[in-house]
Formats: sequence, structure tokens, C-alpha cells
Amino acid sequence: MTGLAGRTRTLRLHRQPLLRHLACALVAGAILYWVTDHLSAYNDYQVGEIASYVVVLVGLSLLTGSSGQFSLGNGAFMAVGAYTMALFMTHTGTNFILELAAAAGVAAVVGVLLGIPATRLSGPYLAGMTLLFALAVPSIADKWPATFGGDQGLTVAPPTAPGSLSAEQWLTDIQIIGALVVMVLVANLMWSRYGRAFRAVRDDEIAASLAGIHVARTKVMAFAISAACAGLGGALLSLSTGVVNTGAFPLTLSISLLAAMVIGGAGTLIGMVWGGILLVYMPQWSTSLSSDFNLGTGAAAYLATIIFGGVLILAMLAAPNGIQGFLRWLWVYGRSRLRERRRPTAPLAAAAGD
Amino acid sequence: MLEVRDLSVSFGAVRALRGVSFTAEPGAVTAVLGANGAGKTTLLRTISGLVKPKDGAILFDGTELIGHSVEGVARMGVSHVPEGRGVIEELTVEENLRLATLWCLPRRQRAASIDQVLELFPRLQAFRHRQASMLSGGERQMLVLGRALVSRPRLLLLDEPSLGLAPLITAQLMGLLREQTEGTDMTVVLVEQNARSALSVSHHAVILNLGQVVVSDDAATVAADDALRHHYLGF
Amino acid sequence: MSLFWDYTLNGVASGMIYAALALALVLSYRATKIINFAQGAAGMLTTFIAFSLLTRGWSYWPAFVAVLLIGFAIGAATEFILIRPLQGKSELNPVIVTVGLLVVFEGLAGAIYGNASRGFPPAFSQSGLRFGNTTIDFSHFDLFILCAVLAMMLALLVLFRFTALGLRMRASAFSREIARLLGVRVGLLLTLGWGLAGIAGSLAGLLVAPTSAFGPYYMNLILVYGFTAAVIGGLESPVGALVGGLITGLCISYVGGYLGSGVEPAGALVLLIAALMVRPEGIFSRPPARRV
Repeated sequence: MTGLAGRTRTLRLHRQPLLRHLACALVAGAILYWVTDHLSAYNDYQVGEIASYVVVLVGLSLLTGSSGQFSLGNGAFMAVGAYTMALFMTHTGTNFILELAAAAGVAAVVGVLLGIPATRLSGPYLAGMTLLFALAVPSIADKWPATFGGDQGLTVAPPTAPGSLSAEQWLTDIQIIGALVVMVLVANLMWSRYGRAFRAVRDDEIAASLAGIHVARTKVMAFAISAACAGLGGALLSLSTGVVNTGAFPLTLSISLLAAMVIGGAGTLIGMVWGGILLVYMPQWSTSLSSDFNLGTGAAAYLATIIFGGVLILAMLAAPNGIQGFLRWLWVYGRSRLRERRRPTAPLAAAAGD
Repeated sequence: MLEVRDLSVSFGAVRALRGVSFTAEPGAVTAVLGANGAGKTTLLRTISGLVKPKDGAILFDGTELIGHSVEGVARMGVSHVPEGRGVIEELTVEENLRLATLWCLPRRQRAASIDQVLELFPRLQAFRHRQASMLSGGERQMLVLGRALVSRPRLLLLDEPSLGLAPLITAQLMGLLREQTEGTDMTVVLVEQNARSALSVSHHAVILNLGQVVVSDDAATVAADDALRHHYLGF
Repeated sequence: MSLFWDYTLNGVASGMIYAALALALVLSYRATKIINFAQGAAGMLTTFIAFSLLTRGWSYWPAFVAVLLIGFAIGAATEFILIRPLQGKSELNPVIVTVGLLVVFEGLAGAIYGNASRGFPPAFSQSGLRFGNTTIDFSHFDLFILCAVLAMMLALLVLFRFTALGLRMRASAFSREIARLLGVRVGLLLTLGWGLAGIAGSLAGLLVAPTSAFGPYYMNLILVYGFTAAVIGGLESPVGALVGGLITGLCISYVGGYLGSGVEPAGALVLLIAALMVRPEGIFSRPPARRV
């Protein structure tokens, strides 16, 4: 406690963010391991996809929710990461972890390159530039089919599963570990002075620079981190399909990511889990919905995009803070109502005393 | 005639106007005076519809103004010259004036009305087809006053027209204001920090302090009351 | 050397299309300070409707006009239903809404018309114009593009400079509050502005369709090229849209010609970044006005 000669650091979990995050991650990891052990292969596959999307969404949440910059190009960063990993796998035989790191690293470098001009741009301009980026990246891959595998793309595969684990479960575990690691790292970042810098820049750039924050550097950093997350997530996701081609990264992907982030709750981390669930299950729901209405098979895929777009619009009009924001609001509102009920209101007490 | 009854306006927790009531007669200038933050600008913005009040009524010739859109209130014959003048710089002087005539005058009469107004302000003639951004402060005030008058309003609301202007021009404008008001049925509400010049041209004076009316009396009486002037108006 | 002229003429023709889309973005931006990312997709949707009409036996010009009017309706409805409620709140919300709308339009087109690319009949012959014995790489249809876009710009110029309605629209764009105080029904004019933008977007869609494989996503690139053109010219300047469109069209044509087709989007990205670094407010921007 304070008052002693030196500073005693009490191990209070609620004041030590790093330990708290690690503890949560470990608990979640254990639960998920147990869960994936008992799920079918197909469900494992889906959980793994969700985890991969969470990696991407966490980066996007940091970029848009916390540092206030807009990106319609994170799908393209996913492509950059996936292709990097694929190229490393095809041409070199290095360690799997290194390949993932390369995916994140190259994406981060591209993120810096894009982030530098982005510092001078605000909302809609940035959206436009990242939109163009999202269209430009696939066109580059299409341009050199020899290197990038053309329509067929490049194949990727995870390292072989150890011991008695099935291949699907092993892949899912890799993806979950990736998601947990990224969430812990980003959570710590958000609690650190860098996180405060992001939020300061988002809220008021001029005030932030007066407070000594290097605004441009902060913005580029956010961009690079978000790109790295997208690259890593893109690489992890491509392991599920086993192939990396431009068809997997259309513009609709970037917009779906945005929708998922907004609906989950921009700026939050848990919200990104809701977002990932949405991304993975939406195609299924819309397929079953379209068969309920007897629409053709082609319509099913488009129904998913219509719903995404529609929900995005509705969310902006009605609930801009997404699911997590709504839950938080419920929590705060509920607590304040509970408090009111416990305390008798003053005028009544005064009247009773008269 | 303008009748404000028990008007209350809040911005969140800040109560800008509390139970403000007064009347402004036609053919007369009613000055609304008071220190900064007294609520004078808020009062005008509420009358013209830019601000929605919490409570109270604003009756102009018997018609309730609250609840109408800003453009709806303007089309009832209310001309509000806001704080900061509101010259549309990208348009020419002529276009600024013509804009005000569009809703009330048929095409044939517009040019004549604009000519009439420019006769009141000969200095603006030279700038007629030039961009309004080229005008000086005094000329801009003339433009917005002319723009307010060209639609022959029944209620004229002026927010600090003397701000940033040299005393000579202020005097000219105030004189012109009084001229244009007397003998007509136009009601004028004049918000001013420069209480001295306002009192010299108004017939009635209302003093606001912290959102409430503290004095409502003849302008001459208020001007003569030293204690009052020192306390609320600073001179 | 003749290749250079071919690319140049090509660039002018496509540049006019980008100018049309840029004009649409400028019109809606001037009114509401929002970039309508769904503009390209709206143009795509109306072009699909034109296609349906043509296959049902409508002749070209009635379908053309009908579809421009539908574009007007879609633009006006977008402003009224989606953008109006968001005015005054965060800057990002309208961007996200228009992006959502983009996806909804693409989904609708895909669901109704399917994914297969179609051919859209051109209004005029696409063979090159002939001057004496030489044929240049500028077809009758390209000439139509040039004339149509210039005609639209001229019509808008006349509207804005010489009519009372145009004066009201300009005033609403420059100074919304003052215009309202002067009795201008600003809300209606904003909707009208977006409606006009919708016409420009529909025109762009109709002009592009014959020259490319025409499927639900075909306007995406046109949208971003139009955006680039609008940024280069200045987001509030219709003249800037024209100039920016020509610059963008020429650049992209040269990039595609000399560096091979397929890298045009990357070239456009470089162009956009360069423009944003050098002069982000555009060539024809108005210096920020001080209100006194």
C-alpha cells in the first residue's frame, strides 16, 4: 500500500492490464480447445474461420474505432498477407511461424506506404483512396499470373499436425492461437500510451499535436498495425481453403469486413468476435433464407451481400455503436437504474419529514 | 406586433433563456440589450426558428411562430440578419439581394426592388456585379441590411449590426434604420452590445441578464436612468 | 507516334465518362458535403434497367431518357431517406451508409440479373470515324460520349448561372443557414441536387456499358476513377470534374497503353496519391471563405 518508503506493487488483477489480458486469453484458449475437441470437423473449420476473421477485424477496429481512420482496403491487405505466405511456402521452406510473420510484416510495410499519404486525408478522401487500393491490388496479381498463379492461384498448407490431433482441429487451434495472441497484443496496445495516442488523434488532431503527440507517426502506426493484422488474418484464413487467388479478395470482402466491424462494435475487441461470427454464418443464413423463399442458387450469394449492406445502413441510422455498444449501453443503463431503485429520492424523504 | 411569452430555451444543462416575455410594436424599434451571454442572440435565433425552445410562445400578429421551419418563418415575413452578418461571399451583391426576393416577388418586380434598395446604399452600386467577398465590413452590413429590407419584411431582427464597424457608419446605419421603420408597420427588434447607439434610435428597450428580462421600458427612460445603465449596460 | 494519338483519343473518350461520374460526385458533395460511394452502383443498376427495357422491345432513346429519370429518382430518394437523417452527426456515418448502399445495389443487380456478363448495345456505331481516307481510333459512339457529357455540363451551367433555381441551389450549397433565413427551402434543393447527381451517374453507366463487359461490378472502377477525377479537379467544381476527368482518362489510357492493360487501377492509385499529396483541395477549389 502507499505510505511505505518504497512503492509496493500489489498484484491486483484489475490494475495490471497485461496480466489480465493474458489470464483471459488463457482461460478462453482452454475453453476453446476443449470445445474444438468435441466439435465435428466442419464446425471446427468454422470456428477457425471465425478466429481468422477476428484477427483481421481487431486490426480494423483499432484503425477505425480507435484511431478514427477509415479503410475500405483491408481486404486487399488480407490478399497481400495471404500471397506473401503462399510465395514463401512455394519458394522457400522456412518455418511456419516465420511465414506467418512474413505475411504480417509485408502487409505492414505496404500499410506504411499507404498510410503515409493517408495521414493527410480525412474520412471520405481516405475511404476513396483505400477503395482504389482494394481494386488495384487484385489487378496487380492478375497482371503477373506466372508469379501469382493466375486464376488458380497458389496453394498453401499448414504444417503437419502433431500427435493424435486431426488436421482440421490442428488448423483450428493454430487459428485460435493466432486470434488470442493478436487480441492480447492489441488489448495491451490499447491500454498503453500508444492506445491513448490513437484515441487522442481520433478525437482532436490539433489538441493531440499540442499535447506533444506526433500525429502523422501515430496515424501511420495505426495503419501499419491494422495492415499487419489483416495480412496475418488473410494468411490464416487462406489455410482453411488451401488456395490463394484474387477471386477470394473482391471489393465486397473489404466492405463486409467494415460491416462486421461496425455491427460488432467499432473500437471494441469482444465486438470483433460478434463480427467474425456474422461473417462466417451470414452466407449460410442467407442461403437457407433464399431457399425458404425459393430463390435461385445465384441469388443466395447476392442475398448475403444485400443483407450486409442493409444491416450496415440500418446500423448507421439506428445503432452506430454496434452490438457491443448496445450491450455496453445496456450494462451502464441497467446499473444506473439499479442504483436509483436502492436510493430513495430526496424530495420524498423531505416531504416525509415535514 | 411581436409578442414573446414566457420563452425558455436550454442547451443541455445551460439555460439560455428563462421565462422571457416582452412585446415589440410595429412602426417602432425595440432594442434588446445586455451583457455578453445574456441570451440576446439566442432570443433572435429562437424567433426565426434556428433554435427550438423548451417552453413558451412567440406570436407574430397572432400567428404562433414556434414549430415552423426556418424557411417557413422567413416566408411569413420575418427577416433575420444574424450575428456575423451572413453575406454569401461566393455570390455577387446583386445575387445576394436577388436571393431574398425569390420567394416573395414575381420576376418582373425583382429588379425594381433591388434598384430601390441600392438607392438606399449608393456605395453598393459600384459592387453590384462583383463578388460579395470584396466588400468591407461596413459595406457588408449595408448589403445584409438591404437584403433584409428588399423582401419588405413585417418583422426585422437585427443581431449586433454595429459589430466591428466605425462609429460613423454605425450612426448612418442606425439613422437609416429609424427612417425605414417609422411610419411603416414593420416591427424591428434590434439586439446590440453598443447600447448607447441602440438606445438613440429605439423606441422601446428590453434588458436581458442571464437569460431573464430585468427591464422593459421606454428607450428614453432607460437611457436617462444612470443606475440602470451602469449596472447592466456598462456606461 | 500513331499509338500515342490512339491512346490520347481513347483517353479523351473514357475521360469524359469519368468526368460524368465525377460531376455526379461533385453535385452531391456540393449539396451535402458527402461523397456518394454508391453513385457508380446506382448507375449500374439503372443501366441494367435500361437493358431490361431494351430486351422488352423499347427502342434506345426512350429507354435512355427513362433510365436517366430513374437515376434522378434513386438519387433523390437516397438523399431523402438515408442522408438527411445523418446530417450533423459523425463524419463517417454517411460514408458507411453509402458504402452499404453500394453493396445493396450490387447485390440487387446480381440477384435479379445474375452474374453473367452481357453485351449492351451501343447507341452509335463503334467503328472509327473516317476523315477522307483515314480512320481514327475515335468512334461515332465516342463522339456521342463527348457530346452527351458536354451537353449535360452545359445544361447544368445554364441552370446554375442563369436561373432562380440555380441561384437557390448555389446559395444552399455555400451557406445553408443564411439561405434558410432568406426563405429558401434548402431541404428540397439538397434532394434536387442529389437527383441531378443521379442523372449524371446514370449517364455514366449508360455510356460505359457498351464498351465493357457489363455485370454487377462493372461500375466499381469507374467510380474510383471518377473519384480520382473529382479530387483532381476539386470536389466542389463542375468544371474541375471535366478537367479532372480528362486528366484521369488520359493518364489511365497512357498507363494501360504503354505499361500493358491490367495495371490501370494501380496507375490510378499512384495518380490519386500524387494529387492528394500535391494539391488535395483540387485544381479549381475555392479558397476557404471567411465569414464576416
